[in-house]
Amino acid sequence: MQTLALIFPYAVAFTVPLLAASLGGLFSERSGVVNIGLEGLMVSGSFTCAVVASRMETVLGPGHPGALWLGLGAAVVVGALFSLLHAFASISLKANQVISGTAINMIAGSLTVFLARTMTGSGNVRIVLGFIPSDIPVLSDIPILGALFFTKTYATTWLTAAILALAWFVIYKTPFGLRLRACGEHPQTADAAGINVYRMRYIAVSLSGALAGLAGGIILVTYSGEFNGSVAGLGFLALAALIFGQWNPLGILGATAFFGFAATIANVSQVIPQFSRIPGLLLKAFPYVVTLIALVLFSKSSQAPRAAGEPYDQGKR
Amino acid sequence: MNRYKSLFTALAAVVLGLLAGAVFMALSGSNPVAGFYYLFRGGLMNLERIGNTLASATTLIFTGLAVAFSFKTGLFNIGASGQMLMGGLTATAIGLSVQMPRIVLLPLIVLAAASAGALWAAIPGFLKARFNVHEVVATIMMNWIAYWTVYYTIPAYFKGTFLETESRRIPALASFRAEWLTNIFRGSYINMGIFLAAAAVVVIAIILDKTTLGFELKAVGFNRHAAEYAGIHVPKNIVLSMSISGFLAGLAGATYYLGYAVNMQIGVVPSAGIDGIAVALLGANSPWGVAASSVFFGILHSGKGFMNAMTKVPPEIGDTIIAIIIYFAATGVLFTRLWERLTRKRSKEA
Repeated sequence: MQTLALIFPYAVAFTVPLLAASLGGLFSERSGVVNIGLEGLMVSGSFTCAVVASRMETVLGPGHPGALWLGLGAAVVVGALFSLLHAFASISLKANQVISGTAINMIAGSLTVFLARTMTGSGNVRIVLGFIPSDIPVLSDIPILGALFFTKTYATTWLTAAILALAWFVIYKTPFGLRLRACGEHPQTADAAGINVYRMRYIAVSLSGALAGLAGGIILVTYSGEFNGSVAGLGFLALAALIFGQWNPLGILGATAFFGFAATIANVSQVIPQFSRIPGLLLKAFPYVVTLIALVLFSKSSQAPRAAGEPYDQGKR
Repeated sequence: MNRYKSLFTALAAVVLGLLAGAVFMALSGSNPVAGFYYLFRGGLMNLERIGNTLASATTLIFTGLAVAFSFKTGLFNIGASGQMLMGGLTATAIGLSVQMPRIVLLPLIVLAAASAGALWAAIPGFLKARFNVHEVVATIMMNWIAYWTVYYTIPAYFKGTFLETESRRIPALASFRAEWLTNIFRGSYINMGIFLAAAAVVVIAIILDKTTLGFELKAVGFNRHAAEYAGIHVPKNIVLSMSISGFLAGLAGATYYLGYAVNMQIGVVPSAGIDGIAVALLGANSPWGVAASSVFFGILHSGKGFMNAMTKVPPEIGDTIIAIIIYFAATGVLFTRLWERLTRKRSKEA
């Protein structure tokens, strides 16, 4: 129990950006556009947040919440704008979505380091101080639950929780969500019903860019504190979580928490004796292996959006 | 006519990529003309540099062929990085632990590494053929499984003398570098892999264009259902195509980690696996096109360090240019339409 309480905050901190990025992928894929550029969009968000927050820190003071929130806001905007490149290629030009997404990953990975080197000389951008985890008053006094969920939490965790609830509501309870899902299942029918498929897909892809950008920013202002040109494959882990969670917000919450704990246990297994007996490889490779297994098990009953990955061409039936 | 069209599309992508590179150079406060001058000079100015360019091209030819071959069967092998890692790990393991005459050892390493790559790609191939699991997702997962396998295997069994994060140095006996070749190219990274790569280009061209196997694979790529109706065993061809693709990526791993590099480092996804997609796209999936675009990217790779030393331009501009070229290759339909418009006008006038 004590060990659990010890690693819980770390696991949550690791899960939160994963969840945000994965929800971004959810919007995009539900509209019918596969976005394997999540990794690159996260990198662009992390870079933007580092640049803006570190500049604002010199004005407002180290670790000033205003500087950090401005950084996160900029990450959201840049992520959304950057994802328009993917949207233009895969929606307007009907390009191969996987190649376009790969290009996004590569452009983000090299261009951000290029810009960082131009700005700072080294390829790294550092902020002085990130968010400081704090206890929620009253709620943190609840036995067990309070210690796990309401102590040492980041403000960004609650923001992401709100986004999760909102994403569920928007996708399943609003006309917008219904139209979005229709575009991903059968765009021809959606079009015949008067929905502008191209517009819906543009909105969905830029939402995915915004959320992936936010995710990259969250990594920076919570546990990393420094931009170094990558997010260590978290974008692909988010993609795995999207599939393992079967394209459903609550499934994604479960999948990201599952992956977050596995990764955290692998990271601390050197320090905590109970875990040192589990081979690190098993824990680290685990999310990808279970995703492959899930793909096989659900191959007959997959909840994947049926038109995901296919460009929509109005002229075709 | 079709060949001109794909050449035009490829050239347009390259030109736009270079132009974007020029813009970024100018934005970073450097003179683009000087930047490009040193970039290309750095890749070609003397025998050592040319050797390095060919050494970079060696890896790209293998990964480019791997991606192009899978494309021909209508599959997208985005897992060349992982297959390359597994090939490299197998090659490193043998190179560091087996003692035997070089003439037996090197072929053994080549075969074992290629088989490891083939096996790593056959798994997603099987999942696609049997369970209809999308190969893009499956190969991405396999990439990360390979990444973590290397991450934990190297320090556990082949730990370097000084660093935990790399393997021991590969002994000269097991290295693909040859003294005479290194001497000709004045101490560059070039290695015997270049001959293997050249052979692979020819063999893949023959398989695709002159054999029944190649015909069947391409038929599956053009139209899976028509191929099935014509009596072609589609699942078998999918697994086979992925295996051959992985075989090539495994060769990339062997020649990269035991030829270009001198040991294997952990925590790095080899960029050649992804660059292979760019190479294949630019080469219009033809083996000869792959060879040509590999040499071009090889120049960018080996010239960027020299450019960085001579100007203030960060070396990442090389990768940025490649990335932007991929984006324009993906949006090639723009240029294809432009080409069609241009040629249509001309034929009307005539």
